[in-house]
Amino acid sequence: MRDKLFQSPQAAIHDLPEGATVMVGGFASAGVPEHLIRALVERGTAGLTVIVNSIAADRAVDALCRKRQVRKAVTSFAVRASAARRGLFEEQYRQGLVELELVPQGTLAERIRAGGAGIGAFYVPVAPGTVAAEGKETRVLNGRLHVLERPLRADFAFIRAHKADRAGNLVYRGAGRNFNAVMATAADVVVAEVDEVVEVGALDPEHVVTPGVYVDRLVVCRRGPVPWYQEEA
Amino acid sequence: MVRPRGVSRELIAVRVARELRDGMAVNLGIGLPTLVANYVPADVAVWFQAENGLLGYGGVAEAGAFDPDLINASGQPVTLRPGACCLDSAQAFAMIRGGHLDVAVLGGLQVSERGDLANWLVPERGGGSIGGAMDLALGARRVIVAMEHTTKGGAPRLLRRCTYPLTAARCVDLVVTDLAVVAVTPRGFELREVAPGVTPEEVQAVTEARLHPAPDVREMEF
Repeated sequence: MRDKLFQSPQAAIHDLPEGATVMVGGFASAGVPEHLIRALVERGTAGLTVIVNSIAADRAVDALCRKRQVRKAVTSFAVRASAARRGLFEEQYRQGLVELELVPQGTLAERIRAGGAGIGAFYVPVAPGTVAAEGKETRVLNGRLHVLERPLRADFAFIRAHKADRAGNLVYRGAGRNFNAVMATAADVVVAEVDEVVEVGALDPEHVVTPGVYVDRLVVCRRGPVPWYQEEA
Repeated sequence: MVRPRGVSRELIAVRVARELRDGMAVNLGIGLPTLVANYVPADVAVWFQAENGLLGYGGVAEAGAFDPDLINASGQPVTLRPGACCLDSAQAFAMIRGGHLDVAVLGGLQVSERGDLANWLVPERGGGSIGGAMDLALGARRVIVAMEHTTKGGAPRLLRRCTYPLTAARCVDLVVTDLAVVAVTPRGFELREVAPGVTPEEVQAVTEARLHPAPDVREMEF
């Protein structure tokens, strides 16, 4: 069996190219692949398109903007409620240095799902008549106006899960699966950082959330009491 | 015109909680709406859904050991009730968009008399954050907006037409503010309740759209 386990986050993303599109799982503090993000910050790879639920609330992903690694973000949250706590991405967006594609959160999740599931495009009743539908085809279905949405895929996906087996099957904790489980299906190279890797057969097949066929690389990264991006803040 | 003094944010949440019934599935938006989880009577079991992936969380957890994986969509620590389950984001929004939630309680910037909601962008600030608001506004069977009746500067937020960019059109059913409870009806806003010590005339004076008084305008109960 091909060994998916890498020795470090740096090794697991050694071939991530300039200009890549990267999906990053996580929602606020839950299920953030923080060690992979840190490795990417240290690596300095530029010209990235980042697909992430909230670039405003995710301080780890925002750190990619310190050295201007992010060219574009596809996200549902770009601006914090408090102007005093403005992130780097928001700052750079206001200066016209980065591109922003703002997507309703459910549509973001479904576009990623569609990308992983081989769907060509789909209609949702979300956002007709709003900025999120500008330039998109619309159609009345079941008496409601729908917007045509296109799938999203990426070169790499960074996933945080609780446990993996060596075949790449993943289980999550609490609210940790959020965008991780869906992003795991929609990238060419899927890298999962986990608390623990167990032998094949040690996970109950009924409990596996992300089947191993989606996962290319594993790295074990334990979480400290305070994440690095809060320590540095 | 002196703006009448309204009730606290906590009492707005208490009043919203009175709209919830045993067995309902309910999503609470970021900000003021998250307070509602703490004011549901003990004998009313509500399935609170957090779109970051929990169905069946309890109130906001007490200070203590913070578990970064047990949070609501505002990032606040929560507890799980017996019978809770975990969701991924695609499933959480299938539940929302597919009409499986009884109620969404959302924050608001502006609501129009035909039920349009604007709550994601203050044009002067720009950029914007949509989050799950557009999905929730049109997916939930009933949408309750919990907000202050006016801006900090006293500008009305219950309008004939929203001037801010919309979250969704014709989606709001009920608005609970610090001054009043207002329903969206086919004839426009219907004033149903006023805050203690506040008159319907005072509420109208800080409301741009016309308020049609209900046959029995009552005092808000908590």
